[in-house]
Amino acid sequence: MSALNPIALEQGLQSCHGCGLLSRPAAGAEEGRCPRCDEDLHFRKPKSLERTLAYLMAAAACYIPANLLPVMVTNTAGGSESDTIMQGVVLLWSPTGWPLSLIVLFASIMIPSAKILALLYLVITVKRGSIKNNSQRVRMYRMVEIIGRWSMVDVFVDTFTVALIQLQPLMSVEPGPGLLFFAAVVVLTMLAVESFDPRLIWDSANANEIQNEVTNA
Amino acid sequence: MQRIPEVPPGASVRCSRCNKELWRHKPDSLNRSFALTLAALVLYLIANCVPMLGLHAVGREAFTTVLGGAQQLWHDGQELVSVLVLFAAVISPALQISFLLAILIGCRRERPPFWVGLLLRHLEFTRTWSMIEVMLLGVLVALTKIADYAHVILGTAFFALFGLVFLLAAIQSTFDPREVWARVEWAESEALPAANSKPVAEVTS
Repeated sequence: MSALNPIALEQGLQSCHGCGLLSRPAAGAEEGRCPRCDEDLHFRKPKSLERTLAYLMAAAACYIPANLLPVMVTNTAGGSESDTIMQGVVLLWSPTGWPLSLIVLFASIMIPSAKILALLYLVITVKRGSIKNNSQRVRMYRMVEIIGRWSMVDVFVDTFTVALIQLQPLMSVEPGPGLLFFAAVVVLTMLAVESFDPRLIWDSANANEIQNEVTNA
Repeated sequence: MQRIPEVPPGASVRCSRCNKELWRHKPDSLNRSFALTLAALVLYLIANCVPMLGLHAVGREAFTTVLGGAQQLWHDGQELVSVLVLFAAVISPALQISFLLAILIGCRRERPPFWVGLLLRHLEFTRTWSMIEVMLLGVLVALTKIADYAHVILGTAFFALFGLVFLLAAIQSTFDPREVWARVEWAESEALPAANSKPVAEVTS
């Protein structure tokens, strides 16, 4: 693979994250700025693994209160009732509402946890210099990147429920303390995805291939 | 490192390593994107001025807009979440549409000025954080929940945003950033501010 396609990094070339222009750092200088779009240049996203891991840990910490604390509090004349995300899913489950209930279950509970686990797996395999399943790992990264935003759906559900049900004194709905933590999980995992550099997945494979070529020659 | 070959309109080029699409030759990209962006602007303005959804219950009526939702969260002490909702549902789409408009208008010039590149560089950020399609799903779920207690009505804004989602997807598939980058004026040729003193990288042929 690397015999056919030279790797930009090994040629001392860097591609711009902003505009994709390929350039070489000025002699004796650091990575510098892109001559076309003025973006700061890097061979790879700086401190990618460390930053991804930090965001993931913060997200995992918020994940627990996000699921245990109520996200919505309903006040009626008879008293008040609070619902966590999971209770919201159960409430939606009905002969007609079950598809939406499944969507919320998927978007609010399964996607955030799957996202944290998938990125953790990617960070660990890159750190250990794994060269297996590269295509699958890149595909996994892209899946996480695309699906991740749909977790926000529960935040919007609560926003509109709260905004609409203000029928004091009969019935009113307020956001619960869990909502902030849940929103934090979504934002933190999105930042984690953004700070991960998928090219790292291939870097260790290239390093090994070059090693092999050297020993074979 | 791969060289992207010229391909006929409509054809695409994929990475030989990970099979991701690198570039698709989109015919008449800038003009078509400009038309779609203008339409998106109109729908966006409508969507933020009219109600999103409403309800009838016990002889009362209530309506809310996107802004109203964020406002209510702020009142209930969830300021951070309120800002996030405002950012994802109102501010980011506004930035996305206005950046696109500015880029496409800038590109009508013989040599697009430097700020066109600056906006294009930040377009990806606004695209990541604008979540209109997610919000629409959220509205549907909220409606189903509320339908147990009250008679609910979908407002005009819902349909405007529904159209906007399709327009944004269409812009995504007609807009070719590579064509803009090929024409834009380079940053290096401008007098750069002194604060930005990192050395400029060399270009390879």
